[in-house]
Parts: sequence; C-alpha cells; structure tokens
Amino acid sequence: MAEAAPGNGKAGRAVKPPLAMLAELTHRCPLQCPYCSNPLELTRRSDELGTEEWSDVFHQAAALGVLQVHLSGGEPTARKDLPALVAAARDSGLYTNLITAGVLLTRDGLFELAGQGLDHVQLSIQDSEAAGAERIGHFQGGHARKLTFAQWVREAGLPLTVNAVVHRQNLDHLEDIIALAHGLDAHRLEIAHVQYYGWALENRALLMPTREQVERADAVAKRAREALRGKMVIDYVVPDYHARRPKRCMDGWGSQFFAITPRGRVLPCHAAETITGLGFSSVRERPLAWIWEHDETFNKFRGLEWMQEPCRSCEFRDRDLGGCRCQAFALTGDAAATDPVCEYSQHHEALAALAHADSGAEPPTGEPPFTYRR
Amino acid sequence: MSGQTAPSPEGRPKLQSFVRLQYDETRERWVLQAPERVLVLDETGKEIVELCSGERSIGEIVEHLAEAYDAPKDVISHDVNAVLQVLSEKGVLVIEK
Repeated sequence: MAEAAPGNGKAGRAVKPPLAMLAELTHRCPLQCPYCSNPLELTRRSDELGTEEWSDVFHQAAALGVLQVHLSGGEPTARKDLPALVAAARDSGLYTNLITAGVLLTRDGLFELAGQGLDHVQLSIQDSEAAGAERIGHFQGGHARKLTFAQWVREAGLPLTVNAVVHRQNLDHLEDIIALAHGLDAHRLEIAHVQYYGWALENRALLMPTREQVERADAVAKRAREALRGKMVIDYVVPDYHARRPKRCMDGWGSQFFAITPRGRVLPCHAAETITGLGFSSVRERPLAWIWEHDETFNKFRGLEWMQEPCRSCEFRDRDLGGCRCQAFALTGDAAATDPVCEYSQHHEALAALAHADSGAEPPTGEPPFTYRR
Repeated sequence: MSGQTAPSPEGRPKLQSFVRLQYDETRERWVLQAPERVLVLDETGKEIVELCSGERSIGEIVEHLAEAYDAPKDVISHDVNAVLQVLSEKGVLVIEK
C-alpha cells in the first residue's frame, strides 16, 4: 500500500503519465483575497473555454492517465454550466474535487452538483471569525455564508475539506481556525502558508509571518494533529521563506500534475506564467497527450538534467528536486537557479533577511492597504 | 503503528462512502480514490478492501481470506490489521462496532 507515485504508463511512452490536473474554469470570483494565486492579468469571461471544450479536455486527461481533477478558478461556481462540467468529469472517470469559496451557491445548487456525481468539496476560510475574514477576502457576509454552505455539504453527504490560507494577519488565530474546521465536521483541514507569487508577492510585506509566529503555529498544528488523530486529518504546508530546505515542488516539474487556465493554456504548475520567456501550448491548438509529452516548457525542467550547481551534484537533488522554479525565478531572475529557500543557494541569506524585514513591516494605522485582487 | 492495539475482531470495517475503488487502466493497477488523494493498492490490499462493506466483521474477513489462501489465521490477521490501520489513519475507512 502506498501513496500514488506516477507509475509507468503503457509501453512505448517515454514520459510517465500525470496523476492529477487543476482545471481553472474561470478567473471570475466575488472575493478579492490579497494572496490569490491567479495571475495579475485575469482572463475575460468571453475568452473562457466552453462546456464542450472542458468536457473534451476531461476525456483527454482521463485517457492520458489523470485520475483526479480539481475544479477551481477564480470561483468555479461562477460558471453556470458547472453541473454539466461535473457530469462530464465524472463521466470520464475522474474523481472530482470542487475548490470553492462557497459563497455563490444555493443549497439547491450544491445538491444539484452532488446529484451530478461531485465527489468532494474543499471550502476556503479566510480567518476564524467574520471581521478578520472579511477584511482579507473583501466580501461582506462571506464568512457566515461559508459556515452555512459547509452544513449543506455535509447534508448532501459529501466529504468536506476546509482550506485555510494563513499568514501574518491570521496565523495567531490558528487554534480557533482548527476548532472551526472541526466544528464544521470537516474530514480534513489544509493549513496552507501563503506562497509568494502573483498577488501574494504584491502583498508580501503585509502577509509575511514572523519566525516566532511560524514556530508557534508549527507547534499548534503538531499538537492539534495528535489530538484530532482519527477525527480530522490535518495537512500542514510549511512556509518555506523561513526554512533552510526547499519544497519538492509539484513532486517534480512535468511529473505528476498539470494545470489548465481558463482560456486553455496548459501549465506545469499554476504559477508557471510568472516565469517570463516561457511559451505555453493550448488545448485549443494541440492534443493534451502531445502537450504533456512534447511541449518545450514541460520538458524544460523535467528530470534532473537541467540543474545547475549546487543542485547538480547535491546529495539531496532527488529529494528536493531543486525546489521551486517559479520561486527561483521570482527571487533570482533565473528559473533554472537553485530555489533560494535552500541553504546552499548563494541567495539564501538575502532571502532570509528579506523575510525578516517583511515580517516586521509596521502595520499601517487603520485598514491594511492590501492590493485587493480585482 | 507502535503502541496501537489491534481493533476488536467484532468490528466491521467500512470504506467511507466518498472513497472509490477504481482500476487505473493507464498504470494497470487498482487504486482507492479519495479527497485529493490516490492510494495504490497491492493485490492483498485490494482483496481486503473489497471485503470492507460494513457487513463483515474483521474476524469474518480473516476467516474468509485464510480459507481462500489456505494460510494461517494469525498471519492473515496481522496483514488485515496492518492494512486496516493504514486506511483508518488516512481517513478512508471506519471500523463500526
């Protein structure tokens, strides 16, 4: 028994098949979270892939070996055709995960999705209570609607994961966030420290937690995981700016996963467009199987050959895979560089200093001047 | 895991309703599909999972497999409990009283 690894595809295919895909159905969203992982330039509704196009993509993905789809965005429930999309994904054999803010659906709407075969709902919460949550998401009444929505998910018999993005503004409420998720009868809680690309990078000085906050949070998460063992699974994504070892990003570039943007571009990770100079193929122009195997960008950082020193000769290269390309690019200007989170990177000390400086940034009086996502 | 006692043989293991046993055509193996997670099953794991409908007790599952494989009960019991433990920890299975 093991967690799934890519596994071997059918004989003759050189590249191992993907396991999961992210379907960004739209960039439309009523919330304006300052850490949104969507690009700064949001796709217009008129450019979005249509129902039939997505249905075809799901079938191509399943044929390629994809087992799970994360229906996301923006806010996927902003799509009027979501029931048809869920049905198409289910029909192709994919396990369907809806990644939602939960504020747009009615009870009937949710039950309709369950009826179409939706397997699982992941609901975001922005904080442990309304005031903080609404200052972050910038959507009045959002928090209360989410709590009601969570109840409907359980009434529909669907498993619920609560996803809490944490940062300096809410990290001290972690115990309450965990209690809230447990109170909503969540099967699983994902505590995700902000990753600094796109909007989060813009707002980094307001979001970066202090080292002490992170240490306290690590301890809280660890205790809670023990206390709730067998009752609620807690997945904790460690913040890497305060770390010395980089994350094994995506389990390898072009290894297990791909994302498709609202207008059909296929990316090795959801943030890959932040790396300037990379080209991306579109499902409107090429079959998915071709893109997975032959697209230049997918092959660019696949395997270990692309690595520079110190990664190239490092004893940890198979474990860390060089860390994150997007982060390496954001911080050094070179997507092939060692992720500066790694202590062996020449840029590591500068990054640690930056994190320290940002975390101590004075909170402005009154409302924090987030650059809200719109 | 060390320190954990095996569940009572009267317990009835049940796969959670939101988990699907599925054949992965591409990789020619059986998997359990769960929320944002795929668990690979070996032959033994798959056999055990197929018996976890909530109707059979652990004792009955062990008997069934011991007969099918003509193997000693204590060996089967050890394997079954190990698999149930892992699946339980991962939240895909519950043991009903």
